This record gives sequence, C-alpha cells and structure tokens, in this order.
Amino acid sequence: MKRLPVLALLLWVCAVFYVGIFLFVGGFLLVRLEVNRSSTCEDVLLPDSGGDFCWREPRFRRAVVLIVDALKADFAQYDPGNMSPRPYENKLPVIEELVSSHPAHAGLFTFLADPPTTTMQRIKGFMTGSLPTFIDVGNNFASSAVLEDNLVHQLVQAGKHVVFMGDDTWENLFPKKFHRSLPFPSFNVKDLHTVDDGILQNIYPTLKGDDWDVLIAHFLGVDHCGHRYGPDHPAMAEKLTQMNGVIRSVIEHLQNDTLFVVMGDHGMTETGDHGGESQKETEAALFLYSQSPLFPGPRSQLKPEVVPQTDLVPTLALLLGIPIPYSSVGQILTPLFPLDGQTTSGPADLTQSEALWINAKQVNRFLETYSSMAKDISPESLSRLKADFTRLSAQYLSTVQQGRPPSPEVLRSMQGYLTSARETCRASWAKFNPLKMAAGLAVLAAACVLCFVLSELSAAVVSVDGVGLRAPAVVGLVGGASVAGLQAASLGHVDAAWCLAAAAFSSEVVFLWRVPGISSASRASQRLLRFPLLVLFLRCCSLLSDSYVIAEGRVVTYLLFSLCLYVPLRLNWEGFLAATTPPDAQKPPGALQPLALPAWVVRREGGVLLVCVGVLVGSLYLSLALHGCREEQGACQPSPFLSPLARVQDSRRRNLHYVLSVAALGAWTYLLYRWLCHYGNLNHAGAAVFAARWLLPLASMLTGLHWAASSTPEDRFRSLAELIALAQVVLPRGVFSLLGLGMLLLWLDPLTVFLKPRALAHTRGPSRPRPRYRASTGISPQAELHHLIPQLYQRIRHSLEDGVTKEGPEEGSRPAVEAYGLGTVYSAPLLLLYGLLGLGLLLLHPESMAPAFLLLLMEGGALLYLHATSTTLSSQQVTHLNSFTVPWAPVVLWSLAATQFFHATGHLPTFPSIQWSAAFVGFPQGHTGTTIPAMLVVLNTFTSHILFAVACPLLLFWPFVCEVKSGHGWRGGTEESEDVIMEMRLRENPQQFSSALLHLATRYLFVCGVQVFASVCAAAILRRHLMVWQVFAPKLMFEASGFLVSSAFVFVGVALVMRVDVAVSRLFKRLLPESSR
Amino acid sequence: MWDSEIRAMASAHAIIASSVFMATVVPAVLVENFSVYRTHLVWLYSVCGAVAAVNVAVFGLLGVSPPAKKHTLHHKVSRLVKSCLHFLLSCLFFHAVVVLYGAPLLESTLETFSLSVLLSTLTTLRCLCVLGPNVQAWIRVFSRDGAMSVWDTSLQITAGCSVVGAWLGAFPIPLDWDRPWQVWPISCTLGATVGFLTGLVAAPVWIHWHRKQLTYKSK
Repeated sequence: MKRLPVLALLLWVCAVFYVGIFLFVGGFLLVRLEVNRSSTCEDVLLPDSGGDFCWREPRFRRAVVLIVDALKADFAQYDPGNMSPRPYENKLPVIEELVSSHPAHAGLFTFLADPPTTTMQRIKGFMTGSLPTFIDVGNNFASSAVLEDNLVHQLVQAGKHVVFMGDDTWENLFPKKFHRSLPFPSFNVKDLHTVDDGILQNIYPTLKGDDWDVLIAHFLGVDHCGHRYGPDHPAMAEKLTQMNGVIRSVIEHLQNDTLFVVMGDHGMTETGDHGGESQKETEAALFLYSQSPLFPGPRSQLKPEVVPQTDLVPTLALLLGIPIPYSSVGQILTPLFPLDGQTTSGPADLTQSEALWINAKQVNRFLETYSSMAKDISPESLSRLKADFTRLSAQYLSTVQQGRPPSPEVLRSMQGYLTSARETCRASWAKFNPLKMAAGLAVLAAACVLCFVLSELSAAVVSVDGVGLRAPAVVGLVGGASVAGLQAASLGHVDAAWCLAAAAFSSEVVFLWRVPGISSASRASQRLLRFPLLVLFLRCCSLLSDSYVIAEGRVVTYLLFSLCLYVPLRLNWEGFLAATTPPDAQKPPGALQPLALPAWVVRREGGVLLVCVGVLVGSLYLSLALHGCREEQGACQPSPFLSPLARVQDSRRRNLHYVLSVAALGAWTYLLYRWLCHYGNLNHAGAAVFAARWLLPLASMLTGLHWAASSTPEDRFRSLAELIALAQVVLPRGVFSLLGLGMLLLWLDPLTVFLKPRALAHTRGPSRPRPRYRASTGISPQAELHHLIPQLYQRIRHSLEDGVTKEGPEEGSRPAVEAYGLGTVYSAPLLLLYGLLGLGLLLLHPESMAPAFLLLLMEGGALLYLHATSTTLSSQQVTHLNSFTVPWAPVVLWSLAATQFFHATGHLPTFPSIQWSAAFVGFPQGHTGTTIPAMLVVLNTFTSHILFAVACPLLLFWPFVCEVKSGHGWRGGTEESEDVIMEMRLRENPQQFSSALLHLATRYLFVCGVQVFASVCAAAILRRHLMVWQVFAPKLMFEASGFLVSSAFVFVGVALVMRVDVAVSRLFKRLLPESSR
Repeated sequence: MWDSEIRAMASAHAIIASSVFMATVVPAVLVENFSVYRTHLVWLYSVCGAVAAVNVAVFGLLGVSPPAKKHTLHHKVSRLVKSCLHFLLSCLFFHAVVVLYGAPLLESTLETFSLSVLLSTLTTLRCLCVLGPNVQAWIRVFSRDGAMSVWDTSLQITAGCSVVGAWLGAFPIPLDWDRPWQVWPISCTLGATVGFLTGLVAAPVWIHWHRKQLTYKSK
C-alpha cells in the first residue's frame, strides 16, 4: 500500500485550495488605510480668530463619560403607561425624569452604531470618529493600540487629565494615555459584577477629587448579562436598576462646568448577542446632561433623534475645546450649539455655524489627505465633494466677512456636505482588489477540477510511480521562485501572495497537462449528470442567493432528504429491491455474471435499507428543532436547547434537559462501546482497547458531572460555591486530558486485534488450504510475503468465525490462530477516535446540545448502513472488480450532513452566533493568551465538520464491515475462496486500497471545495450586493474555515488509517514465521 | 399496434390536460371572487376532482385497467373500497413526506393535506386506474424493467414528472420576492400541476421516440 505518496498528494491538493482561499480573501476583505496625522491647536480653522483655537475658553471644562456596554435604545426609554414591564423595560426612570423636567439640560438620542457591533470596534469608532472596516473584526481578542488620531490623544495633548476605569479593552487601545487607569478584566462573559463593582468602588472618590478633567467609565455588566442570560431575564432588571442608581448618584456629584454623557456602544439581539448590523444591534442609547443649559434651542421631545456614532467625536471635541481628531468623518450634533443670536452661559461659545464650519473644514482636510494617500475613494465623488466644499466656503466666508450671520441655507448645505462625505467614505471603504480576487478564483477553480480529476483517476494515479507529483512540485517551486525573483527585481519587494499563486497555479496546470498521459490506461470517464451531483450543484447554486444562505439549515436538510430518498428509489428503479429478478437471458454469455443474491438476503437488506432511511429521516426531522435563528429570519424562535442550562429558570425544565442530555451522552458512549464489543475489538489488552474500555466511559462520566456542576444556579447552594467553582475547572480539564491521552494511545497502538494462538497438534485441518508457495522455490521473499498473507487471512478468517460463535463446533478443524476483531481492524480505531473527539467537542457546547450529538451519531450510522446495504444490493449487478470505490451519493450525503449538523448544533454562518462561551470551558477565569480560546472556539464552531471529516474513511470500510452479516455461502457456493473476510479484503489488494482511499478523500475534498468555490463566486459576483457584509462575506469566511478544518481532519482520518495499516503489517510480519512453520 | 396505442394515449392525455384547464376556467366563471392564488384550495380541489373524474372515465372506457377476475358485485365493491383505502393511505403518506421535507407540522395542516391530496390524485389515482389496488405492482412499475405496457411507461413518466414538479415547486419558497404564489403550498401545487401537464405531453412523445427500443414482457 502506498502511504506517503497518497498523503503527499492529499496535502498538495489541500495546499492548493488554501492558496486559492488565501488569495481571494486577501483581495476581498477590505482594509482601510489609517491616516497617521493628528490635528493640532495650530490648525487655523476659524476664519476670523486667527489665533490659537485651543486657548479659547471651552464650553465645558470637564466631562464624565459613562459607557454602559450594550445599552440598547429600548433600555433607556421609559413608558409610564406600561403596567407590566419586561425585565429590560422601564428600568432607567432617571433619564425620563431629567428629560421631561429639564429639557434644556438633558437629551436622549438613539445612538446608531456602525457595524460590526463589537465592543472594540465601537470604542475605536466613537473615539476616532472614523468608520471600521470588515477586517477589524478579527482583532477583538488581541486589540492593539489605536494609532489614528483620537479623542483621548487630543485630550492628552491639550493637557487634560483623562481618568479611565472599567473594561480593560481601553487600556489595550490607548496604552499609557490615561492619567489614571483602573482596568478590569473583560473577557469572562459569565462574570457580571467584577468590572461594575470595581468602577463603583472608585468612581465616587474620583469624582470628589480634583485630579481629573475627563472621566471615562465603561460598565460591562449589562452586556455580560445579555450574553449570559439574554435581555429577558430578572438579572437584566437588576443590572439596569443598578445602572439607574449609578446615573442618579453621578449626577448628584456633577458641577456646572461638567458635561455628562451616558451611552451604549451597541445594542443586543433578542438572545443578548451582538456583532451584526440588525437594527436591534446597532441602536444604542445616548443621553447627554449638564447642570448648565445644554440645548439652547427648543426641542421636540416626541421621539429621540437618531445620531450616528461618529458624530459624538466632533461634538465632544468642540464642547471640550479641543481640535477634532484628524480622521473623524462625523458631524456635530447641531442642537447642542447655539444659533447666532441665541446665547448660552458664555459669550465665547461656538455658534452652530462656527462649529459646522470647523467640522466641514476638518472633514475636507481629511478627505484631501486620504485621497492623496490612497485611491480608495472614487474620483468622481471626491471631486463632487470638493466642489461642494468650495462653494460652501465661498458662501460662508463672504457672509462672515460681511459681518452678518450665515443664512440657514448655508448651515443646511454644510450639514448636507458632512452627511454626504460620511456616506461616500462608508461606501468606498468597501473596496476590493479585483486582480487578487480573480487569481484566487482561478486557483480555486483549477483546484476543484484537479480534485475531480484526481478522484476519477485515483487508480491510475496511484499506479504511477511517485503518484505523478514530482513534476508539479518542481514546476510549482520554480514558478513561485521565478515570480519572487521577478518581483524582487522589478518592485524591490516580494509579495508572498503572488508567489504562492504562481506556484499553486503552475503546479495545477502541469498536473492537469499530464492527465491525458496518465488516464490513457484507465476507464472512460463516467456520466456526469447524476442525481447526487445535481444535488451538489443545487447546493452550490443555493450559496449564490442571500435568501437561501439565510435559510441554509432548511435548504441543506431539504437536499439531504431528497438525496436520501433517491437511494432506495434508484435501487428500486434498477430492480435490486425486487428479490425475484431472474437472471437476464438477454445478456450475452461470457460477460461477467452478476452475483445473484438469494431472495431472503435481498429482502433483509431491503428491510435494513428502509430502517436506515427511517432513522435518517427521523433524525433529520428532529434535528430541525435544534436550529438557531439568524436575525434576518423574522418570525423564528431559536431552539430552547441552545441556551446553557444555567440560564434556564424553570427548574423542572432544567432537570428535564439535564436528564435528556445525560441520557444522550450515555447512549453515545454505549453505542460506540457496544459496536466495538460486537465486532470483537475489545478483547485485546492494548492501549487502544484501554482507551475504549476505560477512558471513554470515564470521560463521559466526568462530562455528566461537569454539566451538573455548571448548571447549578449560582444563588442556590451558596455553601458549595467553592466546590462548584473547583469542579468547573477540574472536571473539564480532566475530560480534556483523558481524551487527549486516549487519542495519543490510539495513535501509538491502534490495533484492536486479539490473537489467541492454539498449539494443537491437529491445527491444520484437512479443509485448510495448503500453503502452496512452498512448491515453488524460486520466488523472491517479497513475492512470498505477498502470497503468504492471503493464506494467513484464510486462516484468521476461519478463526474469526470461531471467534463470533466462540465455541468451535468441531475439534478437528481448530485453527492455529484466533483473531478477534481483525475484520474491523481499520474502522475500529477510526470509530474510537470519532467517539473520543465527539465527547470532547460535546463538552464545548451548551449542555442541552447533547441530543444533537446523539442525532449526529445516529444519522452518521444510518448513512453508513444505507451506503453498505445499497452497495450490497447493487453488487447483484456491478461486478466486484471496482467495488472499493465509493460512489457519489454517500459522499455528497456525508458532506451535506456535515453542513446540516453545523446548523443542528446551534451554529450559524454569522459572527454574532459564534459560541464564545466555549472558550471558558475548563477556564472559567479567562485566559492569558489568545491561542487556547481561539482554538476552543474554532473546535466548537466546526464540530460537525470535524466529526464528519474524521469519519470519512468509514464510508470505504462500512460495506466490508457489514459483509459479515450477509451470511455465508451465497456467493456462488465457492466458500473456500470467497468468504467473509471483511476489511482484510482491502489488505489483500493494497494497490486498490490506497487508490480507493485517495478516491474517497479527494471526492470528499471536492464536494467541500466546490462549496467553497461557490461561496467565493457568490462573494465575488455579489460584492456590491446589499447583503454582502451581512450574508455573503460571513458565509464565505465560515465556508472557507470549514474547509480548512475539514481538510485537516480528513487528513487526520486518512493518516490514522495509514497508521493502522503499518501496525497491521507489523502484526503479520510477526505472525509470519509461526504460520509458515 | 404501436401507433394506435400511442394515438389513444395522446388523445387520452389531451382530454386529461384539457380537464385541468377546464377546472381552472369554469370556476372562474361560476364562482365569485375566484382566483388561483387567493382561493387556492377551491382551485386545488376543483383540479383534483376534474382530474380524478376524467382519469377514471378515460381509463374505464379505454379498458386499460386490469381485468377483474370475478364480475360479482361484491368483488367490485370490495375493489372500490380497497381503492379508496389505498388513496387515503397514499394521501397520508404524502402528507408525512411533505411534513418531513419541512412543511409546518401544526400550522396550515389543511393546506399541506390538500397538497398531498393533489399529489395522490396525480400519481396514486393513475396507479389505481392502470394497475388496480396492488402495491406490489406499483413498486414493480417504478423500476427499469417493470413496465409491461405503454400505459405503464406513461404512468412512470407522469407520476415522476408530478413529483419532481412538486419538488421543484418548493424551491422559490425561501426567496424574498414576496409574490403571492410563494405562499405555502401554492408553488408546490402549481409545480405539481405543471409537472403533471408536462408529463402528459412528454409521455406520448417519449414513447413515440423510443418505440423501437421499447419491449414489453407479457403479463
């Protein structure tokens, strides 16, 4: 069997795909250039003053900024008519009181956040006044310092003392900027109180003291409460009431020269998550208050005005008397500035027209700088904006020079200018690199073709020496190196992306070029228009429509269901299900006679088939109840199984869920154990068997205990709190280490075969075939080995029959060796790995998801048996020569099932739906680094991809595994030569085994890769679509990462099979002398 | 022999197809406020009724149905009862399949059931007419070598087309076009009907085209 060449080939295919994805994503995901310039006091912004802007007396000397994370717009509103408020309603009455009693002093706004609505992006947004780009999303857990000009920087420049307390993200964003800083850990979303209590202990002493000018306090409790319990929970009422008290007492501490800002950085969905751009996530609350009159003009109090988040930056800057940060594209809040003629406390206050003028001038300057640095913004809109500004400034300056206040039209056109500048920036910071995207598309398309060709020609490719990989590798290296050289010569630097692209593409082309030479020996290509491929095609098409991507869970289930009904229908169409098909007389004699199965076998297999379809359909239908909801799906209720048990308030429901989960966990372990036991894989005393016998049950027991500990509500069992906290650390880590140990042992000693030698004198019965190789003497040892191994199988095979029945009937035909579990030597370790992995991944999910895992196991099993029975039934017609290859239907089913269970385990291809809580399993105190949490979250997200990918080789083995049950003697009576040897049949044909393995792996990769290609196409074609950042870009990211994970774990599965093969070879080498004696 | 059978089939199919059109046009004249979308169930049941009546009449007149072994009244009645039972069971079967495909389980049960009645009318009823209440024969017909007459082949084609039409009809449901025909189950019933009509046209054409290759075993 060729092991390394097959692995190398797979690795190369994966690498080509990776390069394609990397190229495309590099061109598709947008990056905005940061302008590293800062505004200074010397900027001449006002036409008349001429002097230094900063030395004017600011309207407010001090400011208190309270940021309540995830303070949704609804939370801040107060409806006195609401008699039975929900936990999040009417909990901030202080705002309403102030707004109605002091309309000139207080104002409530709806604060419109720009997506992505994650905390770090928002802090950046409302401190720099700029717009975030998609690429920033990934930085949330490794936030680095803000380099652009921002409010904090300007305040520090102006010599103000900025004191900060709260969320430690700020400390990472603005290191060493604060006069005093009290950061508290923010990452642990289960912790509702640490940050808030820390702030409350320090805020009042600070307010009473005098060493601060601007105080920023960032409360996290509301956000964490949303993440943990959702908005509709008593804990939210408690938290909001606490915030109400904070606002009230801070106001008591305020002085006349202090501006008070309360704001949310983003909102939250019904489930308490955020990150996307639905209305619920983007609408936060903004509340402004001051002891001195804040709003000079009369205001309508009917509905809060909507204020974009960028607008806070210029407003705060001008109110505090500092320059507006350089790259801000916001617009001042006009109601806060007096019109010409209106007066506020100080005569020197900026009027509305002056403020707007400063604002417009600053934005114009930024646009000029930016357009000189980057060519993102389209020249037409730039020149239009420029013309607007020139006209504006002429009008404004002429009126000012005439000494009369600018007309309202001028003010309105200045506002219009600022708004359109902001919109232009918004639109054009979605700019792509079309060349890279095209290159990525080309590489991916070639990779798909390559994968398809490889799978069709696997037999021919494996038979070629070195699997034909040498030339592509050499050409790829040469191509990459030459592009690197060219770039270094012409540009002076090397762009890794283009070198990789050249390498990948040239190697692909060379391989495909050589295909005709390789394939001449192989059979003609099959028909392409088959139903499984049609289903795959439909699946790919569905990725091009946002509606279908939104409804992906249902779409995939629909396709899966169709394909699974197709299997029995096709078998019936071919006549395999009708037992009494007489041998077709019209077939020419001499052709390979189909094996006729006896009627009872056909009937039984048909029954098994129907049961499989039933189980499959049943688990598909049940799994529909476990789906989550996208925000775009309006009338959708997320599954009640998705919330962690600690969130469930009804204790009876909680107990029910717990019992259900433990039952599912037990069933998972029991089914695997039972299967291994049934096929005699648990008799050996090796490491793998130890893992199966002891580690698997022990780990599942610990998992059950961990769930019990983590689902106990905190307020009860106070006396046991420490014990529970300890259990939450120790138990998951224990499970992880047990499973890790199990996998390690499995890798070191994957054999689950128990050999029982018998030293009886009449070992070789008369029926046993004599080792015929002895007759010929001139055979090389290698050939002898090849010949001998089948002989040995015959022997072991007979032992296997004995092993199944335990008590051998006749004493005389006692075999020399009894091998238990040899028939499933390949699938048993793979299944064990599947079980161990599944258990570990289950631990990363909410407790109630355990039934989903059981459904996954059942569906996987049903798929395997469906495949096995349909193979057996089709073997009536298809000759056994090429029976190792797995047809398309099971492979497509397998891949669709992976996507389907991605949804059925509560995941969605959107960023807010990522289950961050997985990062805290076993680490309730949070992490120091980012590697472990990232890994845990990835494992959690791609659970079903991992499980199905690892178990992919089982599709090859299962027909052989099921062979034993098909009874003996129905294969034309020649029992001696054609008997049940299960997976040993694969070992007898090492060449075909490796080609079939390559065939299966490349087919699976093709099916996954085509889906990646389709979503890449969707992103490329629809890149200006309304939904691109909401639907297509996240889908692309998830699909691409899913492919990365899947391919890696397919590789792991294939590698494990190879490892078992090595071990089996060693076993037979050890046995050889015995049997030849 | 071939030509006459194909001609008979073509005319029978033409009659059935025209019955579908009549079932759409006649209620539009007679019933007030009739519309395929708004009063969908009325349309659906009128099509069902028309197709059922015409099918039974045409196949009875043509004498395609399997010859009854005994001509007693008792036998005929039991056959009729059996047929009705089979039809009802097939409705339930289609209902279950449609629900498993993702139709709502508790809401709009009537609509789902009406769809399954339509599907049964388009497929099972023809089976009943051509083959009689004999499930074994139905299963046999839907295999490559299972057709034993021209009518069996046409049954394969029309039934397959109806089911595939209903399957395709589900495709536009998730799209956000907000069209009246995207409401459950209108697109599926329309798909099934269109598929059925296509099958009616395709069957004689296909059989005519392949008449050289087609060989039927005697019963």
